[in-house]
Amino acid sequence: MALEPDQLLDMYRRMVTIRAFDERAADELHAGNIPGAVHSYIGQEAVAVGICSALKREDKITSTHRGHGHTIAKGADIGFMMCELFGRSNGYCHGKGGSMHIADFSVGMLGANGIVGAGLPLATGAALAAQLEGAGGVAVSFFGDGASNEGSFHGSLNLASIWKLPVIFVCENNRWASGNSATTTNSVEDISVRSVSYNLPGVTIDGTDVLAVYETAELAVRRARNGEGPTLIECKTFRWRLHAEQRNDPADPRPQEEIEMGPQHDPIATFASHLTQQGVATPEVLKQISDEVAAAVDEAIDFAKASPLPRPEDALTDVFAP
Amino acid sequence: MKELTYGEALMEAFFEEMHRDSKVFHICGNHGALAALIPEFGEARVRACPISEEAYVGAGIGAAGSGFRPIISPGMMTFAFTAMDQIVNQMAKIHYMFGGQAPFPLVFRASTGGGRSAAAQHSQSPHPMFMNLAGLKLVMPATPYDAKGLMKSAIRDNNPVVFFEDQMLSTMTTKHEIPDEEYTVSLGVADVKRQGRDVTVIAISKMVSHALAAAEELAGQDIDVEVVDPRTLVPMDTPALRASVQKTGRVVIVDEACLTGSAAAEINALLTEDPATFRALKAPPKRVCAPNVPIPYSPVMEQFCLPDKDNVIQGIREVLG
Repeated sequence: MALEPDQLLDMYRRMVTIRAFDERAADELHAGNIPGAVHSYIGQEAVAVGICSALKREDKITSTHRGHGHTIAKGADIGFMMCELFGRSNGYCHGKGGSMHIADFSVGMLGANGIVGAGLPLATGAALAAQLEGAGGVAVSFFGDGASNEGSFHGSLNLASIWKLPVIFVCENNRWASGNSATTTNSVEDISVRSVSYNLPGVTIDGTDVLAVYETAELAVRRARNGEGPTLIECKTFRWRLHAEQRNDPADPRPQEEIEMGPQHDPIATFASHLTQQGVATPEVLKQISDEVAAAVDEAIDFAKASPLPRPEDALTDVFAP
Repeated sequence: MKELTYGEALMEAFFEEMHRDSKVFHICGNHGALAALIPEFGEARVRACPISEEAYVGAGIGAAGSGFRPIISPGMMTFAFTAMDQIVNQMAKIHYMFGGQAPFPLVFRASTGGGRSAAAQHSQSPHPMFMNLAGLKLVMPATPYDAKGLMKSAIRDNNPVVFFEDQMLSTMTTKHEIPDEEYTVSLGVADVKRQGRDVTVIAISKMVSHALAAAEELAGQDIDVEVVDPRTLVPMDTPALRASVQKTGRVVIVDEACLTGSAAAEINALLTEDPATFRALKAPPKRVCAPNVPIPYSPVMEQFCLPDKDNVIQGIREVLG
């Protein structure tokens, strides 16, 4: 399905929003305004936006510890997201989850997750629900190269394959599993070849090219909706910043040349060139989008700062559903 | 009235609830045990799984978060441990962690307890460690009546419920009376299984039958034993337990788990930290549990470790002084 100019610009806006959100979140964390840690999605924007652009609002996704990008791409509100990072009561999780556990069930975002690989079984279950419902829904699990070494990867791909579940497994191979290089921790160079073991299609693509990601996702989503079962998509990408940013950042364990590879493959710059070359937008229009996004993120931060903190005793609510 | 075994009573609960709610379905690690449901409900709602506990438990949680009510049956509770991330980090926490956005209604049911020479891995009673995970409800029925009524409530509950089916009880061929008409047993309501004046025995799951047998034996010696079954460990019917102990002034708590950190230990704390109950005590409370060892294989050693009627009687004599 060819994308209309307004869809392309919407994708661009979401990519820019993810980057601005995470840049500003890191600033606020280092300024002491956000507690805990933030796992920046910067550099991987094309994956979340490319995949989620092929989904409907009612389709489901599960995310990782690096979940801001997926959450924004699926359509969540950055104001409520920022409130959650600031630990405020009107955040998505009322301050109980924080950066690593944002969920927005109203847009099908079933949660970021602090456990590597934990989202694969959950998305498999969301796909099972979609299959039982029979309304054509699909589910996507985002996970990293590191998660492909978890047992949950093996169990989920096998289960999804035997039941032909409408699920898409999206591996974001950013070359680093926390502080360990994928080259020393994976038995294969391309995670997608593991799909052979589960009798399902697997493909490796350039995860910094949002249109390539979108086109691949479209095919996988169509397969899933047609009852043809799951697909494994490996998106080769780059993490620009630390595994996790904290008040006192540790040294980045990666070699300098590895760190520099990220900005050399900037998904936003690549997409901007495409849009201007194809005459979809002028540089001025793209600049205007960036300015609008910057203002929106400012507004989200102001909203978070002005929002109330939870009462301490709110910690005792929501353990059980009524 | 009709007469059913523990296992038949549970099966009746499944039939009724699957008819009542089309969102109820089974994820089965041990498919054969639920085969009787297949002719009526089909394999889509009674799903045979690969032996991938982590994947299918997680899939159950994902389906629960997407509007369904899965019943997950790995067979034995010991297999929960290969799915422990999904149980501890996901099932117990995600409703809370996501600020209560969506309910996760599911039942995780499996057999537990010893007594069949199944050795340490297949004879354990791990319910106390689940008690320490906020976010799970825990059910331990002692009778066919309770098993059916509690299972129906567990399926209808909007939270993850871990349902412990003692393996001696669930394989027993003894039948008990079950009403013909529909009924449920609410979670969090203890049951006085026998009224008595002199001493309270709080007994969990299979231990209820040992407590009742002990009470019968002591009745002939003019000792009047009250037997209270909490039925669910989370929520715990603390007021009912305290009321019984305040009446008798003496308490023995019987739990098949290893002594340290047992459900009996928690119940003891719930009783003694309450001033009115503490003041009513005429003797220190007594826990009757398994010793702190993995359950052994050889019957002579296994029987030594698992609490039985004689251990309960010994405990009662201790608190009577």
